[in-house]
Amino acid sequence: MSAVAQPGQPGATVGARSGPPDAQPGQSAPVAVPRGRRRTELIMLAFAVGVVLAAYAAAGLGLNGKVPSGLAGYGLAFAALVLAAHLMVRRLAPWADPLMLPLAALLNGLGIVMIWRLQQSGHGGNPGVPISTMTSSTTTFQIAWSAAGIAAFVAVLVVIRQPRTLQRYTYTFGAIGLVLLVLPALPGIGSEVNGARVWISIGGFSIQPGEFAKLALAVFFAGYLVSKREVLALAGRRVLGIDLPRARDLGPVLMAWAASLLVLFFETDIGTSALFFGLFLVMLYVATQRTSWLLIGGGLFLAGAVVAGKWIPHVHERFQIWLNPFLGNRPYGSAYQLVQGLYGMGFGGVLGTGLGHGQPYVTPLVQSDFIITAFGEELGLTGLMALLLIYGLIVQRGLRAAVAVRDPFSKLMACGLAFVLALQVFVIVGGVTRLIPLTGITTPFLSQGGSSLVASWMMMALLMRVSDTARRPAPQPIQDEGMTQVVRTG
Amino acid sequence: MNALTLTLIRLAFLAVLWLFVIAAVGVVRTDLFGHTLSARQQRRQQRQQQRAKPQRPPRPARASRGAPHQMVVTAGSLAGTTLQLSDQQITIGRANDATLVLTDDYASTRHARLFPQDGQWIVEDLGSTNGTYLDRQKVTHPTPVPTGVPIRIGKTVLELRR
Repeated sequence: MSAVAQPGQPGATVGARSGPPDAQPGQSAPVAVPRGRRRTELIMLAFAVGVVLAAYAAAGLGLNGKVPSGLAGYGLAFAALVLAAHLMVRRLAPWADPLMLPLAALLNGLGIVMIWRLQQSGHGGNPGVPISTMTSSTTTFQIAWSAAGIAAFVAVLVVIRQPRTLQRYTYTFGAIGLVLLVLPALPGIGSEVNGARVWISIGGFSIQPGEFAKLALAVFFAGYLVSKREVLALAGRRVLGIDLPRARDLGPVLMAWAASLLVLFFETDIGTSALFFGLFLVMLYVATQRTSWLLIGGGLFLAGAVVAGKWIPHVHERFQIWLNPFLGNRPYGSAYQLVQGLYGMGFGGVLGTGLGHGQPYVTPLVQSDFIITAFGEELGLTGLMALLLIYGLIVQRGLRAAVAVRDPFSKLMACGLAFVLALQVFVIVGGVTRLIPLTGITTPFLSQGGSSLVASWMMMALLMRVSDTARRPAPQPIQDEGMTQVVRTG
Repeated sequence: MNALTLTLIRLAFLAVLWLFVIAAVGVVRTDLFGHTLSARQQRRQQRQQQRAKPQRPPRPARASRGAPHQMVVTAGSLAGTTLQLSDQQITIGRANDATLVLTDDYASTRHARLFPQDGQWIVEDLGSTNGTYLDRQKVTHPTPVPTGVPIRIGKTVLELRR
């Protein structure tokens, strides 16, 4: 039985109220105060800008013994860009995680420096040969795209004030995601580059719609699974100690599988299809907490991959290159890129050749898919590990926000976004290091390419919005209720 | 430029990169375990609180005027949730179709509703077991809710804000 006690009446309080933490004298335990931590973010951002400028100076010194003349100009531009992002975060998401922005800014900056360094090779008396796939304005474009990415980051923060509002547009985002996925396969606007149809060109601009489809589908899966997860979690037959889902609930996972296989067949792009199917599986697993979904999905994916490896020539060739890159004439032919990347990383060793001292320009397309090997060569295993740890930290902060936020939709969305970032880094880094078959997808923030940069920044904005919602302290009551509390009397 | 300088630059850059990673991990650490205040900082914080306390005026019950725009949950398991008010009624309870779904043992399935009428919001108890309280008064008939006055439903406390 419960009753309501009036002020001053003694009684064991049941309804715990969260008030402001009272500082007791002599208390020495760590005090967890909810703080926005924007100052920490600013300090870390300054540090990130410092690291990027150091990389720029080191690359210039390595190339021709001179500190690059544009150091101050480019440095100021980059610092202004990230400072603008920081000030907008102060306004728009004051409680967001303090680490996401600095980590993303560092990766973006290091990517720009590496692209500049690659563009410089062979020009103006620098060692090496010019890279034929880069023009003299590649770096400028990358900086412009970074600015566009940060603008998109701010725009997402402005438009989406509550991550929950996205839930209303679940099926809209699903449709957008599907259209974006299908666009490159259409004959009119889709174009095939290096064996994969992942591009569309509109008025001279090339866009990789798959990068944005990732975000839209993460929102769609989150909204869909939040409403359907109770059904999907129902247990069917029990086989070998695992609760299998009911056969009639297999529909969605088969649909996602079929969609990713279609992408594989019509766009011959293993990376994108693996990314989407993996995203769906993990979100399904997180939503339903059933291991059987992972097993079923993993089995389906392996079956699809084996079939594709046998029947699709492009995929078959990729598998062969992966398994035996050094066989016969391959190191000079089809496996040239992969083998040169491996040699580059081997050449770098543990500590690397130093920025500007390696020969990353030998690897074809080193500025986009293989930028990781350029870092591996010039910064060595030590530098590559640091980069991977930075990705790991971004993913960890994303998952942390997912754990902390209350609303199940935001939870699933943040979890999916953080996971898809991790999966993308795994697929590309695993590909260039020959852990898994190589698929051409971009390295988030590092690779040359506007779509990838803008999409990655938008993903950061979504994660920061979720984290802002999660860390925002509960509103304090305007009027103190006094001692009115629920007590147990019997 | 000689080889030694170049080696030093190379190693220094790697060291700076790792320092950044370590600093980032440090930020994660303080986030997990809280911020340890030094003795001086603690004293300063106490002094600030002591100074702040007498200055804080007791807030009047109906300080905010004008039509409320949002409903905030200030206590209970949903604390921190905010709902934007529209011209739709808000149902509160443990039922799945309620606008605000409570997971509260002291709340009924359809506990109470809030609806707008003539520019003000009215709270009505829907025959709940444990009752709805508007600022310590049990709600027996539809009652207008002033801005900033707590409504208690089980362990959940909500209020309207401008």
